Order: sequence, then structure tokens, then C-alpha cells
Amino acid sequence: MTVLLKKEHQEYREKIRAFAEEKIAPQAAQLDLEQRFPTEYLKPLAEMGLMGMVVPEEYGGAPVDTVCYSIAVEELSRVCGSTGITIAAHNSLGCFPILKFGTEEQSKKYLPRGTRGGELLAFGLTEPEAGSDAGATKTTAVKKDDHWLMNGAKCFITSASHAFATIATARTLDVPGVKGISSFILEKDWEGYEVGKKENKMGLRGSDTSSLHFTDVKVPFENQLGVEGEGFKQFMITLDGGRISIAAMALGLAQGAYECALKYAAEKKENGKPIGTMQSIQWKLADMATEIEAARCLVYGASMMKDAGVRFTTESAMAKLYASEVGNRVCYQAIQILGEVGYLTGPYSAERMYRDIKLCEIGEGTSEIQRIVIARNILKSVMPK
Amino acid sequence: MDFNLSEDDLMIKETAAELAAKRIIPNAEKWDEEAALPKDILDEMAELGYFGMMLPEEYGGLGLSTVTYNCAMEELSAACAGLMITLSVHNSLCCEAIYHFGSDQLRQKYLPDMAAGKIIGAYSLTEPNAGTDAGSIKTSAVKKSGKYIINGTKTFVTNAGLADLIVLFAVTDPEKGSKGISCFVVPKDTPGIMIGAKERKMGIRASDTREVSFVDVEVPEFNRIGDEGTGFKTAVILLNNGRIGVAFQSIGIARAAFDEALKYSKERKQFGQLICNFQAIQFKLAEMATKIDAGRLLALRAAAMKDAGENVAMESSMAKLFCSQVCNYVVNEAVQIHGGYGYMKEYAVERYFRDGRVTEIYEGTTEAQKMVISRQLLRD
Repeated sequence: MTVLLKKEHQEYREKIRAFAEEKIAPQAAQLDLEQRFPTEYLKPLAEMGLMGMVVPEEYGGAPVDTVCYSIAVEELSRVCGSTGITIAAHNSLGCFPILKFGTEEQSKKYLPRGTRGGELLAFGLTEPEAGSDAGATKTTAVKKDDHWLMNGAKCFITSASHAFATIATARTLDVPGVKGISSFILEKDWEGYEVGKKENKMGLRGSDTSSLHFTDVKVPFENQLGVEGEGFKQFMITLDGGRISIAAMALGLAQGAYECALKYAAEKKENGKPIGTMQSIQWKLADMATEIEAARCLVYGASMMKDAGVRFTTESAMAKLYASEVGNRVCYQAIQILGEVGYLTGPYSAERMYRDIKLCEIGEGTSEIQRIVIARNILKSVMPK
Repeated sequence: MDFNLSEDDLMIKETAAELAAKRIIPNAEKWDEEAALPKDILDEMAELGYFGMMLPEEYGGLGLSTVTYNCAMEELSAACAGLMITLSVHNSLCCEAIYHFGSDQLRQKYLPDMAAGKIIGAYSLTEPNAGTDAGSIKTSAVKKSGKYIINGTKTFVTNAGLADLIVLFAVTDPEKGSKGISCFVVPKDTPGIMIGAKERKMGIRASDTREVSFVDVEVPEFNRIGDEGTGFKTAVILLNNGRIGVAFQSIGIARAAFDEALKYSKERKQFGQLICNFQAIQFKLAEMATKIDAGRLLALRAAAMKDAGENVAMESSMAKLFCSQVCNYVVNEAVQIHGGYGYMKEYAVERYFRDGRVTEIYEGTTEAQKMVISRQLLRD
């Protein structure tokens, strides 16, 4: 698949890979161990244009097509899943909805800080009682005088403690279900906006996941994002793109773990021969490489559909479902090839990637939700409601 | 064919489950985070006989069968797999090595204190360049005026930090390949032993795994377990114990993860109903429960055959192979059922997911089990 890409995509990959290997890879194990968010990465990431990949230049962005965007997330994740998800969430979930649904004033106000300025944007959708069922949002926003008064809590929010602003959904209309939800841009330093405790996670420990708590937060009317009552529709569209980025992240982690195992198989000797000469190891590697390539086709395919402006909901769900499951299998087998050293934290990246990639089957819709999305779309044309 | 556990099995299993509920489960998350077991839990378990579970009463042990012992081990594993493996190595590898293959004098000297938990055992076979291929170990034991001088390095030594003695495999005759390997009891305070830093592991973090180096370590001939050259055979037989143990460990972790997932699915509401009402979740639970039961039966068969004195080389490998794969399947689905919560350390399934991963690796990887099984199948 890679060789079929346009020359510009291939060159873009080389550029991002060089950056990732030089600036991101050396610290990846340490960030995981210390559970530390690397604020020092933000400036170089912004300088590379990686914080404004979906944003036009007029708002400080460095726009690239979706194939390039996927390549960037893939290459960052190939060396560090935490950096991959931070960038994926910022671009797909932070920048994109402001650009897509926001006013020009909102774009002017928030996007340059998030892109050229190297400050993070977050997306607050999930709540303790509204996970897969995002329509069950309990956070409320009530009109009062010249503002909205917002109350509620969000959980598992990527980059929440570092983001200067968050796009958060809330129930504004007294209609049950998804039609009563609207979205807003909230700034971190507003009164009543509190960042909760940082989550202690299995993996992606160099990324920041925290809860957000809103207590009588006054949100000016001009910070409502898009049309009232369209919050659910907005985030469904946002997640279509977000899923491509999680798929790209899974692809990168799979590639990283595969390369780690491939190298080990060539170097590690048992009975005087590299273990890569054993059929059982060869077959594992063959399956890993094949599945990665298949996932790559789905990820780039969904990216190309998005670039072509056609509906890609099913394809992004397929890419996310497949790439994340492939990623989990690949990281699993990478550890198996490494044997006991594969279980140790530190010496080989496969162990970290195995913990990191589990999230790809959970975040932005679990595998179960992707199957629901796919099934609904493929049955729609043949089965009456 | 009787599929019921005996009253003894059930009693020991329940006793272990009660201890686990009271003392282990409430602390398991902390021990995982701190990557250590506090001394008081080990002392408490020593008092209760957990360090001499299969040793005969004459040495102060409980004299449990392999089946009964492993019924208890499944419970401990469900509570804290790191604690379980600590005890498993001591009981099924170290105590069994000395009891089954050691001289009377060696048994008298070490087993009563081991059964009482005053002496904890570590087990060292694996080396940096001899993992799956255990017959190619390089650590040497050279005989010199009634003593052996030991030199070499062992990796992934479970209990290395806690232990008072090490059951060690070393080459006494390099000409004879695997038939030139012998087994020794090496007190850990013998000069020349260097214990490395604790390894940082993905899971079973409460257990203590380290590298151990031996530089001109002298042990008396008295400390040799069995005849010279019988070490590899001893290791292979002990591996059967270890594999049955890991099979039950796998089932313990899987069952704990399943229980959590089942409970969660009956509490968590999404789309206006409990998630256990969704067929996708129901089918996952059905598959998980079926696999756990199948795994346990396979593990029990190996344990019962061992108690009957049969050769269990193939059956223990089959049990280990299958149960460890079941375990990883189940912990993965348990995390999926929990969604985002399953990825957070506040939920026990996160730990089970990491703990479970080792079961397909140690005591012979899945690939090594397949080698053992296929070799047996093709032998005749």
C-alpha cells in the first residue's frame, strides 16, 4: 500500500518519521514509566505543523490531507502511542469541530492558539453514565441572562489537565435523547471549571487523561458551538474523523511492535540459530505483516474517502475496528516472540505498546460500538427499520 | 468419571477463598502498584501452612494432593496472581525438588523450615541465552575437593529477593549436554551470590523477579539434589508441576476477571438498559464461562493424573497451553465489557489483563508447550 501512495505522501512520511525518531522515540519508555505528560513536546510538534493538520493556514494551521494526517499519527504512534493519541485527539476532536461547526470568530479566537501556539484543545463528551451511550449526557446548560450556566462532569478526557479549552456537550433542551444535546467551547480558567484527578492507566501513560467538573460555569452565548440541539449530530461527524486517527494510531503501534519483534527474531539465537529460522516464528511474523498491511489499506482507504468528500462513516468504523484488533494481535504476538524479556517494562517497546494499544479497542467507541455502527449501515439498505 | 471435587478439596478451596477475601483482595491493587509483598502477609500465610502445602506432615507440611493444592492456588491467583506465583514457586518447585529428588539428610535439613515458611525458596533454571531451550544452560558447577564451585548468571529468578535458598541448575559435565546438568540447593547468603535489581514487569508485579549472578560460589556436595547429571530430568519433571500450577493460575485470573465482568454487566446501564441485556455481551459471557470451565477440567485432569502417579508431560503442557490462552481471551473480553473503566487501574480487570499476559510466557511459552505436545504426539 505504502508504495502506491503519492510521492508527496511518501515524502511526508519520511519527514515525520525522522522527527519522531529523533525527538519522540528516545523518551517514550521514560514517559511511560514516570507517567509524565511531555509539555516540552508541544512547541516542536507545533513547529512541525502537527497541531494544525486539519486547520487552514489563516487560523495558524498547516493543512494536510487526511492520508498525510493518518501517516503522521501512524508515525508518531510507531514510536510513542502517548504522543500519537495526544495529537490525534487535539486535531480530530479539538480543532476539527471548532473549524467545522464554529463561527469565524470562534475559529479566529481558538484555533491559532491551538495550532501555531502549541496549546492543546480537548473534547469532553464521555460521562460516568454516558460512555458508549453518549446520547445519555447528563451535563446541563441552562440559559440565564446573557449566558449559559453549565453543570456536570465529564470523564476520561484526553489532555484535560493541559488543554486551554474544551469542547463539551450538554443537555440544553427539554427533549429526551440525543436531540436535546448542544455543544460549547469552555475555557480552562473560567470560574467553576475544574480539572479532576489524573487517571492511572494501563497504558498511554505519557498522555493525560482526567475528568472535568463544571459547577455553574458561565458560558457566554457566543461560545455555543453550532446550532442548539445539534450536539449529537456534531460529535457523530467528529467521531467519524476521530476514528480514522485512532485506527492510524493502532496501525503505528502495530508497526512499532512488529518491527521490534522482527529485529529480535533475526538477532536472538536458540540452539545456535536465529529464532527467525523457526517456522512457528516465521508464521507469526507473516500473519503480523499481512494483517498490518490489510489494516493499512483500510486506514488509508477511509482517509481517501474523507478527502474525496464522500460519506465514510462505515469505512472509518471498519478501519478503527480492524486496525485496533490487528494491533492488539500484533502486539500480543510481538511479546510472544520476545518471550520473557517481552514481559519486562523498559528494555523492549513491545511491552509498552501492548498496554498502549488496548485503548484503541476502547476509545472513540469500543469495538462493540464499531460493530453496531457498521451493522446498522450495512443493514440499512436491505432491512426496513 | 467423577467431576466433583472431594470434601477436602472444597474445604481447602473455601479456606483459601476466605483468606483471600479478607487479607489479599483488599490489598492486591496496592501490592501491584508498589511491586512488592509485605512481610506480614507472608508470615500470616506461613502460620496457616501455605509454605508446605504438598509436603508430608512429617516435615510439617499439610500433605495436600496436587488437586487439592491447586484448588487453593486457583483461589489465591484469583485474588493476587503475584502472591500466588510466589507461593507456587516455593511449594511446587523448590519444596518438591528437595522432597522428591533430595537425599534424606537434605530433606531433614531444609524441609521443616521451608514448610514453616522460615526458609523461602527461589528457583533458577533460565539464563540469558537459555530460555525455551533450557538444556543449553551455561552456569557451571565444578567439583573440587568435596565441594562445587558455581559460576554463571540466571535470569527471571522468581522470589530471588525474598528467598533464603535457591534451587539451582548448573552444568557439572559440559561434555554430556543436557545429561551433564545437576541440581543444587544454594543458601542465598553464600559468598559470591549477587542479587540484581528487581525487574519491572507488566504484571504479577507483587512477585519478586531478579537476575542472580554466581561468582565462585562454593556449595558442599551435600547440597546436590539427586545424582550428578540428573538435573535436567529433575527440571523436566518439576516443569510438569509448574505447568499445572500456571494452568490453575490462568484459571484463577480468568475466573476473577469473568466474575468482575459479569457483575459489571449486571450493574452498568447504557442505552436505557443493563448491558447484560445485549446479545453481544451475553455471548461474550457465555464464551468466557465455557472456556474457563473447559480449562479448569483440563487442568484438573493433569493434576489428578499426577496424583495417580502417571506421566503427565503431555497433559500438563496441554493444560498450560489451553488455560493460558483462555486466560488471555477472558481478561481481554473482561476489559472490553468494562469499556473505558477497564483501562483504569481503579478496576481490577486492568490488573488481571496485565497479570494474565505472563501465563503464555513463563514455565515454557505457548510455543514451547506446542513443541512438547507435538513431540509426544509424533513420537510413536
